[in-house]
Amino acid sequence: MEKQNWKAFLYLLPALVFLGVFLVYPLIDVFIYSFEEGYSSASQSYFGIGLFNYEYVLHDPYFKQALINTFVLVIVTVPISTGIALLISLALNSVKKLRSFLQTIYFLPYVTNTIAVGMVFMVLFKETPYSQGVVNMLIQWVHLSPVDFMEGPWWAKMFVLCFYTIWIVMPFKILILTSALASVDEQYYNVAKIDGTSSSRIFFRITLPMISPSLFYLVITGFIGAFKAYSDAVALFGTNLNAAGMNTMVGYVFDMLYRDSGGYPSYASAAAIILFAIILTITIINLLVSKKHVHYN
Amino acid sequence: MEIKLENLTKIFPARKKGQKEVVAVDDFNDTIPDGMLVALLGPSGCGKSTTLNLICGLLKPTSGKIYFGDRDVTNVPPEYRGVGMVFQNYALYPHMSVEQNIRFPLENLKGDQKLSKEQMKERVLASAKLVMIDSLLDRKPKELSGGQQQRVAIARALVKLPQVLLLDEPLSNLDARLRLQTREEIRRIQKETKITTIFVTHDQDEAMSISDMIVVMKDGKVQQIGKPQEVYDHPINLFVAKFLGTPPINVFEGAIFENGLWIGEEKLFDLMPTEDRPVFVAIRPEGFVLDEHGPFSLDLIRPEVLGRDISIVAKHKKAQSETIRAIIDAFEAKHLPKDIVRFYLKPHKVHVFDAISQERIECVIRENGE
Repeated sequence: MEKQNWKAFLYLLPALVFLGVFLVYPLIDVFIYSFEEGYSSASQSYFGIGLFNYEYVLHDPYFKQALINTFVLVIVTVPISTGIALLISLALNSVKKLRSFLQTIYFLPYVTNTIAVGMVFMVLFKETPYSQGVVNMLIQWVHLSPVDFMEGPWWAKMFVLCFYTIWIVMPFKILILTSALASVDEQYYNVAKIDGTSSSRIFFRITLPMISPSLFYLVITGFIGAFKAYSDAVALFGTNLNAAGMNTMVGYVFDMLYRDSGGYPSYASAAAIILFAIILTITIINLLVSKKHVHYN
Repeated sequence: MEIKLENLTKIFPARKKGQKEVVAVDDFNDTIPDGMLVALLGPSGCGKSTTLNLICGLLKPTSGKIYFGDRDVTNVPPEYRGVGMVFQNYALYPHMSVEQNIRFPLENLKGDQKLSKEQMKERVLASAKLVMIDSLLDRKPKELSGGQQQRVAIARALVKLPQVLLLDEPLSNLDARLRLQTREEIRRIQKETKITTIFVTHDQDEAMSISDMIVVMKDGKVQQIGKPQEVYDHPINLFVAKFLGTPPINVFEGAIFENGLWIGEEKLFDLMPTEDRPVFVAIRPEGFVLDEHGPFSLDLIRPEVLGRDISIVAKHKKAQSETIRAIIDAFEAKHLPKDIVRFYLKPHKVHVFDAISQERIECVIRENGE
């Protein structure tokens, strides 16, 4: 028995070493940095230890903007994308003809290059000397005034970012949900049919509980993914996100690390720890809620 | 509720080009009297489950009619037919407790039929008591044994007081001992409720032991309908003869020749005058009687002791199977010869089938009294 344990650890060693060096050590390091005031990676020196970094970050208006942006993104995109993905999956599951063709279509965004997607969104939303963007054309057709989506008001830019995010995360969710729906044993539906169960009751009392583990997985990863959003905002609004007012929390951390040649690793670390605390809290809440509503078989 | 099936046919269209359409049920005619326990029996793929699905309404027949009593239910959707169904894997909702599972069908009732909470509770309890699981109401299905799950499924099927109960392979997911117990249970429940019950099985033992009537099917066609003993004693064709009985019936190539029934060089019986032709002679294992001067001989391989009986394993060059089994009283088998055993055959255990059509030939055996 003991020998086996020893062997098991030997097999795990490579993974453990890499995890330790690239994940655990940096995590601890970030935690330490966040309490060291004015740490400089060039001179490896700092002034003192305290909560100063947190205080600075929490009072930084850019951080506040990033926090608001991130929360809006999370609150808007996670429910909407999961909901729409569920509707599309249900529809896909009920069609017989062209099913695999439609599945491919819905999965395409997942394998499409981010740059290409960004370009498509530019065509849709950006005003150029040659065009005002497809969406604005449509808006003018119904006699409303056009909006500058890329450089205009905050809500317009936020709308584009949310729209983009939902569109980009949808295929994966559809993939997971269609396979979850397909794996529900048909016999359950047969039993329900013989018992005269209405279709809404079938959905809420049978289908939804049966796919709840997949749904929950998508909500958790959706929350975490949205909290970590950064590259999508860059693809749409360029690298100077603070100026555009579209920065996210990860973007803020990144900026702090590299801004002004050398950056402020202490502030970045503090911001990263705050982000970590938020994600942890939300995930724990998710887990607690799920205990009641998720049914593992 | 009497169930009448008229020319019931179900054809599944070909899935791909080049494939043939499948006739799952072919011109099924039968009337099942009220309060009977009926077994649909046949090898897998014979259309018995399809027949069950047609009766419950999950499938629509290609042609033909289904009547419950005087009511034509052919185009009535399943929920309005008043059937309860138990599926092979039970299909209990895993996220609901036993009680919620049984109550589920009641919660679907609408309009006048709607029940109050107390009424529901009463009905659930009555149904659970009937199958003797009233102490398990708070459990989840995965916390139950296979036999208990089966009972829950039956309770759920019965809670709406259906007039017809349908069971699809109800015992196939249970182990051998539980199977014996559960089939008695099904019989008891059926007797208590007097509900017309149809169950599907591929196990002839199961079908024979508890049903009032069996329907033997093959390739979508009904072969024979009757009381279990009748079907066993008078199989209408070679398939039915072979399908019923353990150990299986022994089949030999033989002939009717000059008013005698022959296997090889041995004449088994004299017959009343009938035309000469090649036939299959099928002899039930219990039809052999040891007799030194008997007309039929087998090459002994070994005797097999079963306790009460002895099974003589033997071979014969005209036999369809490698080995032949004859079941003999253990007492009589004390002095078995070494190589060749001679038998007298009980006439009513010998069935004769046409060699080509495989249909039963009613030939009258003249007991020649040695």
